[in-house]
Amino acid sequence: MKERSENITRKVPALAALALIVAIWELVCVSGAVPSYMLPSPIDVVRAFADDFPNLMHHAATTLQEAAWGLLAGIGLALIMATLMDRFLILDQALYPLMIITQTIPTIAIAPLLVLWMGFGMAPKITLVVITTFFPIAVGLLDGYRSVDPDAVNLMRAMGANRRQIFRHVKFPAALDHFFSGLKISASYAVVGAVISEWLGGFEGLGVYMTRVKKAYAFDKMFAVIFLIVIISLLLMELVNLLRDLAMPWAAKQADGSTK
Amino acid sequence: MSLLEARHVTMEYDHRTIIQDICIHLEEGELISLLGLSGSGKTTLFHVLSGLALPKEGQVLLNGRDITGKPGSVSYMLQKDLLLPHKKVIDNVSLPLILNGMSRADARKKADPLFAEFGLEGCQEQYPSSLSGGMRQRAAFLRTYLCAIVQTEGTSASESSALKRTSRSGARQEADGQDRVMRTAALLDEPFSALDTITKDQIHTWYLDVMQKIDLSTIFITHDIDEAILLSDRIYLMTGTPGKITHELHINPVRSLRKEFNLTQEFLEYKRRIISILSGLH
Repeated sequence: MKERSENITRKVPALAALALIVAIWELVCVSGAVPSYMLPSPIDVVRAFADDFPNLMHHAATTLQEAAWGLLAGIGLALIMATLMDRFLILDQALYPLMIITQTIPTIAIAPLLVLWMGFGMAPKITLVVITTFFPIAVGLLDGYRSVDPDAVNLMRAMGANRRQIFRHVKFPAALDHFFSGLKISASYAVVGAVISEWLGGFEGLGVYMTRVKKAYAFDKMFAVIFLIVIISLLLMELVNLLRDLAMPWAAKQADGSTK
Repeated sequence: MSLLEARHVTMEYDHRTIIQDICIHLEEGELISLLGLSGSGKTTLFHVLSGLALPKEGQVLLNGRDITGKPGSVSYMLQKDLLLPHKKVIDNVSLPLILNGMSRADARKKADPLFAEFGLEGCQEQYPSSLSGGMRQRAAFLRTYLCAIVQTEGTSASESSALKRTSRSGARQEADGQDRVMRTAALLDEPFSALDTITKDQIHTWYLDVMQKIDLSTIFITHDIDEAILLSDRIYLMTGTPGKITHELHINPVRSLRKEFNLTQEFLEYKRRIISILSGLH
């Protein structure tokens, strides 16, 4: 109980700041300093959100599907790559610089290419999500594998453990924490990545919705969809936190102990 | 034939000789200590004895068998307790059994009765992070012991009863005429150095007690002269750069009579001798 109330107390300043910003926004709109077609008031945005709710949900389902498949593939690819790179030094030396380079290519620049190559379906969206989510997870895992105390490996060897056992009992669990940090970043990238690739061509999805309402100059709906994306990203990050606590009960226990 | 023997071991790192021409031996049932200033290469010697490091020259023999550069035959407790934070204490302790192919459930069953013996009752289902330093050391020591049991089984099938006997009667092995001593050795690298003085005193008493019960032949590293005299049958003094074994001392009173040994005149005599040797070298 006490822990919960402390948790709420910690969030008060952030909530207050948010409320203040919304209040100022509302004031600006009401005062007429900015014309309402350029900046809809918060109330307009909420109304647009409510009015167009079924439509938004329909598009969100598509985007979420793309983000989820892309993220899953990204996780799988990152796990395989990072593990192989940790196991074989030559692969690490060969691929690490390439990985960095892929991260310097702007997402927005390859998205149209992917559309040209793969068409207007889900494939180019999922591919883009894989490209954006792969990196933080792979780097997290690599760091995690390398964070292992060499003496822990020595101890395992002295106990007669083989390479596979050392990986399973020491290296992989040690990398979990880093893995989830990477996953948290990737989860928010996944939604954004899917939306961006939808901008550049597609039949449904929040990105498609965005381009449509933009063409109609429906700014209130633009804001509504932005908020939806924010909410989805926050929920996904919270889901990652939940998974982390489930996968790492020892770390969750520690956190409990420290608040007492 | 000695249980564990190092023959003329020389070890180099980056063309720098760390230890030179080391000859030591450990007999069955013996507790010996390796006493020396820090930087004299004690841990390097342990890495060689455990097979983790391959020496430039020399051999390591366990029961006459060459184990140079082959880890997994000698039980090694490193300086840090290295309990894995993600495993409960009982799973940490039973890790040697699991690595040897036993199922987690069976390994837990074997390890569980030993918790009482090692003063760890009730800690089975806790995570290491909630244990005190002293308790963590005990857990690490129990893991080392279980590792030694596994290795004894591995070295000779005829003695595979060690584990059965242990699980039936705790660590107290029955004097049934069989060889009570396990035919492997344990290496402990400064096992108690991280503890404060009072905890250290308690754990020394506990250690002597437990060693009486489990009969594990052991070499341990220390830089604490009192600890070395109190806890060993024999002391090797290791000094210099590169590190060499310069002296060997036998401590006479039987270990079981050592409860207040550190308050006796005899103890002080040993201590005086060691100090004069160590200071004479500098």
